[in-house]
Amino acid sequence: MMHSFDITIENLSKIEGHTDLEVCVRNRKVQRVHLKISENKRFYTQAIRGKPAQGAPHLMSRICGTCSIAHLLCCIQGVENAMGIQVSEQTILLRKLAMYGLYLRDHALHTYMFSLPDMLGKDSILDFDEKNPKEHELIHQCFDVKAAGNALSTLVAGRAVHAPLPVVGGFTKIPKKEEIKPVVQQLRSVRDAVLELQEIFMEEKFNFHRKTHYVSLLCPDFNFYTGDHICTSKFVCIPSMHYLEHLEHQVMPYSQASGYEFEGETYMVGALARMNLNNAYLHKNTRIDAKKAIAIFPTNNIFFNNLAQSIEMLHCIDASMDILQNTTFKDEKSAAVIPKAGRGVGVVEAPRGTLYYLIETDKVGIISHADIVVPTGQNQINIEQDIKKLVEDNLDLPKKELQFEIEKLIRAYDPCMSCAAHFLRLKWV
Amino acid sequence: MKKTPRKLRVGWFSFACCEDSTIMMTEMLNTRWQEWTKKIDFVHARILRTEKELKNIDVSFVEGAMATDKDIRRVKEIRKNSKYVVAIGACAVDGMPAAQRNLFDEKTKKEIGYILEHFRHREKVVPVKKVIKVDDFVAGCPMQEDVFLKVLDKYLKKFGVA
Repeated sequence: MMHSFDITIENLSKIEGHTDLEVCVRNRKVQRVHLKISENKRFYTQAIRGKPAQGAPHLMSRICGTCSIAHLLCCIQGVENAMGIQVSEQTILLRKLAMYGLYLRDHALHTYMFSLPDMLGKDSILDFDEKNPKEHELIHQCFDVKAAGNALSTLVAGRAVHAPLPVVGGFTKIPKKEEIKPVVQQLRSVRDAVLELQEIFMEEKFNFHRKTHYVSLLCPDFNFYTGDHICTSKFVCIPSMHYLEHLEHQVMPYSQASGYEFEGETYMVGALARMNLNNAYLHKNTRIDAKKAIAIFPTNNIFFNNLAQSIEMLHCIDASMDILQNTTFKDEKSAAVIPKAGRGVGVVEAPRGTLYYLIETDKVGIISHADIVVPTGQNQINIEQDIKKLVEDNLDLPKKELQFEIEKLIRAYDPCMSCAAHFLRLKWV
Repeated sequence: MKKTPRKLRVGWFSFACCEDSTIMMTEMLNTRWQEWTKKIDFVHARILRTEKELKNIDVSFVEGAMATDKDIRRVKEIRKNSKYVVAIGACAVDGMPAAQRNLFDEKTKKEIGYILEHFRHREKVVPVKKVIKVDDFVAGCPMQEDVFLKVLDKYLKKFGVA
């Protein structure tokens, strides 16, 4: 290929939200990689100010259509910590289930509908050949697995998108015994499909390695919702409430999102980070049946983010079946919300990585200040550095092929641009 | 030789929003994909496939509010190349919550002013109907599934597909 060229991708497909990419190569040197998140900012951190804290989580869930449950629960956690509200053990259990339902549906969307077509050389899952037995099976499995995740979210949270039942203090409705059985059956029925998906991603032909750091919330039973510490591949563990103090906000004037560094170095959050750091905490049935897949980690091949997600999907099935079959849910009222001035942090593992909310309330329970750090913002610099290396390593590929390699790499991160368009700080100069 | 049945040529677009209605569509596919792949050709849907040339669309579903000059140019192009346009979800139908910055006080407006200027945001965020002619509306946050299905059915019938 030529020694100097530009690559421009507009409106990258099969990701959540809008982004463009600009790569500039001069004399075989990559001069510039700009991931231009073009998603329009909707200013939620400003809009939440002056609103009653109790209603804030349902507004904030509108930041993102696909991982709305993560925003909802993280904001609820922040508000509860600001006001000193203690919730019941059952509430914690239901929130874990809500996260499992979210993960199963959201990871299925990414693995089957966004990444799998790349592996099978198709543009879309809707182009899979119904007459080809393997492709026919995969398309059915895609929609069955997604439906099982949706059913779990609906059972626990009332809906998969913008769930109405989780509130500050608890849940407004508790699942009934007769509603639980069919969902358990549905989850069980897709377990083998997820194991087959792992087989496909284990044979990942795409390969890209670059040494970086990994960061995730340390969740005791890999539940994505509880945990007091953030762990990193630098062997540093920090209390999650102090997370923000370790992040450095990077100015990226070409992108409507924020970039971050962790203690001055780039890092990655998401399924690959969780699998690299915490896989010993996966459900015991997952550890048995996905043994071969889990043994691949730790790895710094970004394309194994897809495999990591498929392992998490199995874990969500196993962990939620375990809870649903071994718990008698009782009707209970949500914890009382007594307005109080305070400062609270919410930290959860959203499907794409660590999500952080800082909430400050005044004495009548009105939000006076809020900050959010979302996963894709944290991955932005890492994605750009990966693209730089990918281009440098493949300068002799035809431009069209190189562009496809870049698209696959970005897609492997499962970026979410709706979430990413949030700034920590507003001033660049 | 049997004639290939006509499919409804659908476009699916999003602007300033959280794409919840797009996610709803991918969830509706869980039970309807076999029926829809027979009846619908998603000629332009970034969530499902690589974008192609924008032309000759029967019905375009538009999610999200209009926030920038670029949005307005784009939605006008969609209108020009679509026989019908349907606004889906609260942001496209009413502007909110994407338009919440319209209600900010002067101090907050000043705080975000630099970003608005830098990325060429318009002074006000507006619903789709303020910019182009909209033929149908599916309200809700996310859009109401039953209303969407009725509207879709109406266009399938109109184009002789169902």
